[in-house]
Amino acid sequence: MSFLSRASAPLPLAAPAGDGPGNPWFSWQYVQDNADTIMTKLGFHIGITLETVVIALLVAVPLAVLAYWIRPLTGPILALSGVLYTIPSLALLALLAPLLGATNRATVLIALVLYALLLLVRNALTGLTQVPADVKDAAAGMGYGRFGRLWHVELPLALPGIVTGLRLATVSTVALVTIGAIIGQGGLGDLIMGGFWNNFYKAEILTGTVLCVGLALVLDLALVGLGRALTPWSRRRAT
Amino acid sequence: MSYFRDGIVWLNDPLNWTNPGGLLDRLQEHLVITFWAVLIGCAVGLPLGIWLGHRGRGGGVVVTVANLTRALPTLALLTILPLTAIGFGKLPVILALAVFAVPPLLANAYTGLRSVDAETKEAAIGMGLSGGQLLRRVELPLSVPYIAAGLRTAVVQVVATATLATFVNGGGLGTIISAGFGLGISRGGAQIVAGGIAVVLLALLAEAVFAGVERLVTPRPLRSIRRRRSARPATTG
Repeated sequence: MSFLSRASAPLPLAAPAGDGPGNPWFSWQYVQDNADTIMTKLGFHIGITLETVVIALLVAVPLAVLAYWIRPLTGPILALSGVLYTIPSLALLALLAPLLGATNRATVLIALVLYALLLLVRNALTGLTQVPADVKDAAAGMGYGRFGRLWHVELPLALPGIVTGLRLATVSTVALVTIGAIIGQGGLGDLIMGGFWNNFYKAEILTGTVLCVGLALVLDLALVGLGRALTPWSRRRAT
Repeated sequence: MSYFRDGIVWLNDPLNWTNPGGLLDRLQEHLVITFWAVLIGCAVGLPLGIWLGHRGRGGGVVVTVANLTRALPTLALLTILPLTAIGFGKLPVILALAVFAVPPLLANAYTGLRSVDAETKEAAIGMGLSGGQLLRRVELPLSVPYIAAGLRTAVVQVVATATLATFVNGGGLGTIISAGFGLGISRGGAQIVAGGIAVVLLALLAEAVFAGVERLVTPRPLRSIRRRRSARPATTG
């Protein structure tokens, strides 16, 4: 079920023979022999990251709009996000696990969504509040209603803030998924912890780490590209 | 909510506090790890941030450090460091956590020194202050609130991440939680929740105490200015 139960299991296999002497930090042999496991863990990691970010975005943007429209709500929403963000991830997992099941993927997913949510709400709200007042006046003068103005003027102008929040949330989610290893739902974190408890198998640890950092980098770059594609006007103005 | 009640009941049993490996032991381990990690983080982050801020460049370094540590899973550092020349024990855990304490300290010290009013600095130079005097008598006193905010963020961050030390048998309050998971939900559920509550309370307490420190060292006239916490890195990862 998790790496904790391995302590009582029979000692796991040692490093494969083709590795050469010792316990190298990187072993192509390990990657080849375990390609299936690595791909499964990587797939899980990517899947849960994307799911987290999409769910968090779908909840965060309406929340930010609510806080933007109803100003008295801004303070409480931001304060609550600050307090929630102080809660350590393992503690959040500990409080959620008994309710949702200890080996449940949903437990990790909900914890991740909560953290991503806070980053997204803050940045989306910052983006919305930075829309210049004269732009809003102009939009109102052109006959836009509240929703039309939000959809056609304010949200597009807040996009850079939202994309910044998305990047932060995505990169921290990729790193955070690894904590799920405590209940065997950690994606690449399972590789890192598995390697540690598997006679300190360095190749397994480093493969998990490199893939994790690489994944964060790739997703971050993809979001930068997405942000550029979504805000063509900012590029035109720059050139 | 029965698990929550079970957790409170677990916390209410004095033996769970005083037993060897009980809450008090784990709390002490947690605080020792946190203290050294923050101290090392300060020793690295503050001089570097102050120097870069005083020189007025190096903003790129600050951003890069912050971004790199955000993408690096804590678990990776916690598992890799003991397998290097550092060896096992408390030291690799402390070093791993110190790495995550550096970015908030560095960024806040840098921002604090950079945000000293240019005219103030010119006036000081005009009065004949040398570079070192400018730093000691003008820039540092004016950036104390920023540095205190960085310290608060770093402490809360390290208190939170020290929970993960249990993944590599490093002790700390996280051990209560992972031992509970080891027992399974039906037998360890109360302990898991109790550990979670203890960790949350400690994190909130650290936040409150250092918010107080931040307020104490901020000169009264500067208090009314809007709160200036820099973007905090994930408390967590």
